[in-house]
Amino acid sequence: MSDQETTTKLLPKDEAAAKGLVNVHIDGNWIQVPKGTRMIEACKIAEKEVPHYCYHPKLTSPGNCRMCLVQMGMPPRPAPGADPVFGDDGFQEIGWMPRPVIACANTVAENMGIRTTGDLVEKTREGVMEFLLINHPLDCPICDQAGECSLQEFSVEHGRGQSRFVEDKVKKPKNVDIGPRVNLDDERCIMCSRCIRFMDEVAEDAVLGFSERGTHTTVTCHPDRKLDSNYGMNTIDLCPVGALTSKDFRFQMRVWFLKETKSIDVNCGTGCNTLIWTRGSQIYRVTPRRNDEVNSEWMPDSHRLAFHEVQGDNRLTDPMIKVDDKHEITDWHTANTAVADALKQFEPSEIAIIASARQTNEELFLTHTLASTLGAENIATVERIGEADGKLISADRNPNTNGAKLILGETTKKLDSIKAGLNDGSVKALIVLSEDIFEAAGFSHDDLANAELVVSSHIIANATAKVSDIVLPGASFAEKRGSMVNVLGRLQRLNQALQPAGNAREDWEIIRDLILALTGEPNDLYMIEEVVKVIAENIPAFEGMTFSKIGEQGIKLIETGVEIPLLTKERERASAGIIVG
Amino acid sequence: MAKVTKLSRPTLTKSDEIYLIGIFKGTLVTLKHAYQSVFGKSRGADGLKSSGLGITMQYPEEKWDDELPEYYRGAPALVTDEQDRERCVSCQLCEFICPPKAIKIIPGEIPEGDTWAKVEKRPQEFEIDMIRCIYCGLCEEVCPEQAIYLRKDYSITGTSRAEMVHNKEKLYEIGGKRVGLVNKWNELK
Repeated sequence: MSDQETTTKLLPKDEAAAKGLVNVHIDGNWIQVPKGTRMIEACKIAEKEVPHYCYHPKLTSPGNCRMCLVQMGMPPRPAPGADPVFGDDGFQEIGWMPRPVIACANTVAENMGIRTTGDLVEKTREGVMEFLLINHPLDCPICDQAGECSLQEFSVEHGRGQSRFVEDKVKKPKNVDIGPRVNLDDERCIMCSRCIRFMDEVAEDAVLGFSERGTHTTVTCHPDRKLDSNYGMNTIDLCPVGALTSKDFRFQMRVWFLKETKSIDVNCGTGCNTLIWTRGSQIYRVTPRRNDEVNSEWMPDSHRLAFHEVQGDNRLTDPMIKVDDKHEITDWHTANTAVADALKQFEPSEIAIIASARQTNEELFLTHTLASTLGAENIATVERIGEADGKLISADRNPNTNGAKLILGETTKKLDSIKAGLNDGSVKALIVLSEDIFEAAGFSHDDLANAELVVSSHIIANATAKVSDIVLPGASFAEKRGSMVNVLGRLQRLNQALQPAGNAREDWEIIRDLILALTGEPNDLYMIEEVVKVIAENIPAFEGMTFSKIGEQGIKLIETGVEIPLLTKERERASAGIIVG
Repeated sequence: MAKVTKLSRPTLTKSDEIYLIGIFKGTLVTLKHAYQSVFGKSRGADGLKSSGLGITMQYPEEKWDDELPEYYRGAPALVTDEQDRERCVSCQLCEFICPPKAIKIIPGEIPEGDTWAKVEKRPQEFEIDMIRCIYCGLCEEVCPEQAIYLRKDYSITGTSRAEMVHNKEKLYEIGGKRVGLVNKWNELK
């Protein structure tokens, strides 16, 4: 007997168990998934869609929407004394349960069967949809969620064309001012509680909750509070229906007109991954994009709404040269030649460059090339230190401090020597790139009194542009391509969602053309990819890097030892099994 | 394989070749119609609302307007309902479906305190470029609020491109009031 056992082939369950996996039978196929996986995640691995509303991998699973009901089966328990029977394929026969179970809060087990289709599952979904739609208003034409609404999507698949509900619908508050940036429509709410859980678990400001009972259940804000957390707008993205909508985006544009561009946030060192939603030449909204290494799925409101800054009337759209104390519009060739001619009047030691850690790596590298072309050694960047919020916002408000360090070296200290040089007359010409030196670097007009030439590039009109002899209009974060290194040392990519406003140009092109005007020699840099290639050849940390290698999720470039507090907490919760993560 | 029949040219007789008989026959037909038109006896003249001279209608002095069928597709226009509410809620589905991209809508919010504040949304600006419009009627078909209809106006002219763009005011002027439609935004809503 024992001889026979040792010679028999290992059963699939033992093979899987050795690797910490279990065998699950999903819609006719056996697959292996890690032990402890939620059924809904196992279905995702098997590429079977399970419709759901309340489940979210980054939040706890209360299982209250009932949309993810599937049919489940386990091998029948053997009678006392009997051994389990394994078939030819090594699996036990599955005894299907007559009633469905929720896939979001149950975990898989060895030899479990899951059916995501079939009569029982279809009927269940239709039933749940019908209940969810009983009191749902016919608001789709005026609802901002239309077009990206799970309720719309699943009602197409599992709903009925006509309502059988003849009674009056339950009335609830509509258009409720729940916070400075968020609007609530209680009639549209399907009580999935994602927003409540997010505010409690991730934003750690539990201001939302349910009140009333039964069909009158209503999402409400705590009576003395508002949903004013800086992470409050994430509830809008989380809301599977149109109950929570953005005040900023309210009735601006239907989502099906908008083009999505994958990019990153440039308002702090974290560099949250984002989607920029545009139509024509306008940004309509910015939303977070999932990146488990950087921002999970969230983004602070202040950064989300920062795009309005570059859409004002104060955009610079043409190169300008100051004539008799007045800026006159000119073309790029004239402006570049004017800059080159003017700079040639000065000794290299008399020229200083104030670059910015808001520039992309490509712009910084070309700035470095510009400095060596001029022979200028005075090159500084401006530090921007704010307060970290203990979640996603980094204390470093420059998006590319690490990139600037890698390419230009330690440059923040040189700012004072440039200021001193301007005051004692040893620095006479100043090139300012993407910085307002009055606001950010603490320069005063007295400091610039001796400066004979100020050349600057900006996105919007500011004090530095006003005092500049030549102003070159640059592109905003949404109008250019480039890469940045965030506080974690992760190299990430900016993508172009719009064309630069008016005659403005991408900043790396501006600097390239300046170098061209100075040297008069062509440099073969026509595309951003070619600049990255040159960086990879010259900067050791970028060795072997290409623009496409960075990818949508970025790539770890250097080790900085910095951690993002929100991610640390999320990982703790995931390893404790509270969330899927 | 379809069957191919080769046709040969008819062989003409000498009298056919000189054409004179054919020309004479043709002239007779023309003269017959000339007689009928002068004496008001043209076939179909009544049905075609003839001016009395042949079957020709003297456009634009005379027009077809009363004869247009119910399903005629003229200029698209916005309508109000019996309570004088703008039916359009600027959902922009017509803008989306419009094949020549003739429609441009800027959505707007209905301010609090307005009689129809509960509708929340209405067009701030609604423009149809009549140079682009192809009168296909998809906007009418797609509208979930029964707010846009193709009316019987077909003579849309102007002396500049700007004049050919119908703004919201003009669209409501053409559209007018339409009664008996679904009253979705009623007091129960």
